[in-house]
Amino acid sequence: MIRVALCACILIPAPCSLLLSQDTTAGKIVYQKWCAGCHGDNGAGDGEAAKRMIPPPRDFTGAVYQIRTTASGQLPTDADLLRSIDEGLGGTAMPGWKSRLSDRQRYDVLAYIKTFSTFFADTSLRPKPLMFSKEPGGGTGTDALKVGRQFYDSIGCRKCHGDQGRGDGPSAPTLKDDAGHPMFAADLHENWRFNGGSTVEDIYHRLRTGLDGTPMPSFSDLLEQKFLTETELWRVAQYVRSLSPAETPVVSDVIHAPLVSRALPRSPDDSAWKTVDAYWFPLVGQVIHKSRWFSPAVSGVWVQAVHSADSIALRVVWDDRSQSPDTAWLGHVGRVLAALDPDEGAQEQPALWPDQLAVQFPVSIPTGMERPYFLMGSAGAPVYQWRWTSTARTAAVAGLARGIDRFDSLPASGVGARSVYDHGQWRVVFTRALASPDTASQLPFRTGRAIPVAFFASDGSHGEHGTRMAISTWYFLALDEPVPARVFISPVVAMVLTLGLGMLVVWRAQQKTSFRRKQ
Amino acid sequence: MKGRIIGVVSGMFLLTVCSKGDRSSVQAAPPAPAPQPAATAASAEGGTITGKIKFTGTAPRNPTIDMSEEAACKAKYKTSAPTEENVVAGPANALANVFVYVSAGLPANAKYQAPSTAVTIDQNGCRYHPHVLGIMVGQPFEIINSDPVLHNIKAIAKKNRPFNVSQPSAGMKTTRTFSTPEVMVNLECNVHGWMKAFLGVRSDPFYAVSGPDGSFSIKGLPPGTYTVEAWHEKLGTQTATVTVTGTESKAANFTFAAH
Repeated sequence: MIRVALCACILIPAPCSLLLSQDTTAGKIVYQKWCAGCHGDNGAGDGEAAKRMIPPPRDFTGAVYQIRTTASGQLPTDADLLRSIDEGLGGTAMPGWKSRLSDRQRYDVLAYIKTFSTFFADTSLRPKPLMFSKEPGGGTGTDALKVGRQFYDSIGCRKCHGDQGRGDGPSAPTLKDDAGHPMFAADLHENWRFNGGSTVEDIYHRLRTGLDGTPMPSFSDLLEQKFLTETELWRVAQYVRSLSPAETPVVSDVIHAPLVSRALPRSPDDSAWKTVDAYWFPLVGQVIHKSRWFSPAVSGVWVQAVHSADSIALRVVWDDRSQSPDTAWLGHVGRVLAALDPDEGAQEQPALWPDQLAVQFPVSIPTGMERPYFLMGSAGAPVYQWRWTSTARTAAVAGLARGIDRFDSLPASGVGARSVYDHGQWRVVFTRALASPDTASQLPFRTGRAIPVAFFASDGSHGEHGTRMAISTWYFLALDEPVPARVFISPVVAMVLTLGLGMLVVWRAQQKTSFRRKQ
Repeated sequence: MKGRIIGVVSGMFLLTVCSKGDRSSVQAAPPAPAPQPAATAASAEGGTITGKIKFTGTAPRNPTIDMSEEAACKAKYKTSAPTEENVVAGPANALANVFVYVSAGLPANAKYQAPSTAVTIDQNGCRYHPHVLGIMVGQPFEIINSDPVLHNIKAIAKKNRPFNVSQPSAGMKTTRTFSTPEVMVNLECNVHGWMKAFLGVRSDPFYAVSGPDGSFSIKGLPPGTYTVEAWHEKLGTQTATVTVTGTESKAANFTFAAH
């Protein structure tokens, strides 16, 4: 029998290891080394780094967990906890530990985490996973998505997640967790940032279980009360999944700007943009200069560019839950500032800050590998920037940044901007002539060269202004060169020549054969 | 033989995979209702603690609620705009919505049977009715939605398991119970940030909520000396000591200070 059990254990290592006794003493050692920095020595979610995070680290003392397979209000199973430890929680500071800690260490720390709450010791509260149905087929079809959308509206998802799913619903500015910390409704267009996983199954499970401790409720009762069927709830999950790209966007280094013969699309919603490749660039918090910012609201920008013979148009699109400044979000700003330690001085008072975006280039195309300092240049080596704010929506200021806290605007910059705010998304198009009247400080754009470019974004309704923003590193912009005529002619000439030569060889061979036959 | 081993192995496989679910389904049966051998059921004959709750000073104004996002709720307020219910004052500085309960003095081993009738909270006009209520451990707590809009009901608790469920349409009903005494469990709706209710969970039936005239009455107390606590969501708590000797009615008045 033991041998049989061992066989089974070899076949399925993970569940078996879970059945092995867990060592809370060993777990405590792991916890103190790897977890306490955020979650605190006593598991109350109050570690040293906690006041830099939104959402804050889990407080284990209440045993309230978001990611479960159990009904709302129930404890998570060990497998649920292990999943969060192994995979981490998307869109938060919690990394996955599967590759960093051994199986033994993870099971031990799991057992130790449970000791922070007396609920786990209460045998009457033993968690019972929900029985989830299987995903019905046809989830990507138009009809299925239509049903999903219909129930997305009728069960009220849009109240928080918004009409287009970008987390900008009417209730979004008021959301808090149980402890009063600020909460975002998930941007359903970024499934790689979902706390509980990115797949349709993950989304369905979250709809069934809710995310306890957050405003996201469980929708399981609706099935019991026949308000909707399991298939219909699956359709909601499938609709939500369809809002994100099929694949998590991959960061590419170079924005290719094709040459267009028509007029440049200067409007953000010009249909010409639909045929231009979009590139994704992730942004991170500015944590180099004080006051540092560890919890930026803008997670990345989508960038497109085209150029004509004499001008360039650059379109930057990013999700932002609020059209700042917006008084509805003032309470949220207050909660954000209260949740985070001020980097220096006293806690700032909430105010109505605008949304901002900056596009950064060097002052001239570098000849070697050397580029100015990515974070807004330096006093000696400034960078050339286009700055847009939501309070001056149809204008951009061009200027030279000489470090993060010094910006000198340039008169008559020739940079145009147009913007649209639409259901949780900003779309801004910048335009400028390729040539520059001032080649010393305003970058002349040239085709066929790798032009360094970087992006900076601030969400005013998240308390972001000044040095508190989301930043990128240097990437590249490449203006495609016009394709010379020889590119099209050369292959034709080569084909004709090859054909001709081939025929000549065949003709010569035939000549020789007939000559031999005659002999 | 070989087939049997494979059978056993795959059986073990299934067992191991499913064991968590199986085990918990066995043990997750709802806890049996508290046994009643020593049930000192609240009798009608016992003593009564009654009183009036008032406040001094000026009651803070309850903010007006902007329901423009919810036309169906807004339409239910024809005469005046709805307000929050942070401090509900009655005539002559009477204070409503105070949860009054016996916080100490009951026999330690006393057990009280929870009524099987549910305590109901109604979501109507995007507000909770009632705003403050009491319930016994194990007593059904029925949440109903009279609004044709989405409400989520989030219970924030420390001693009980918190929960968060949704009711997207009128006529929906959810029933929950609480396992442990807790003053108070907070209820809130995250779709409508102004919606708040407070639930006092007790293992005995000796509690009351002050009415619009500030009066309350706790009946059926056995003889004893009790600590009576009055809890208000904004104005804090107050306690009084009351001794009940027979079937008499004893007064316990509380005065809160509003700033």
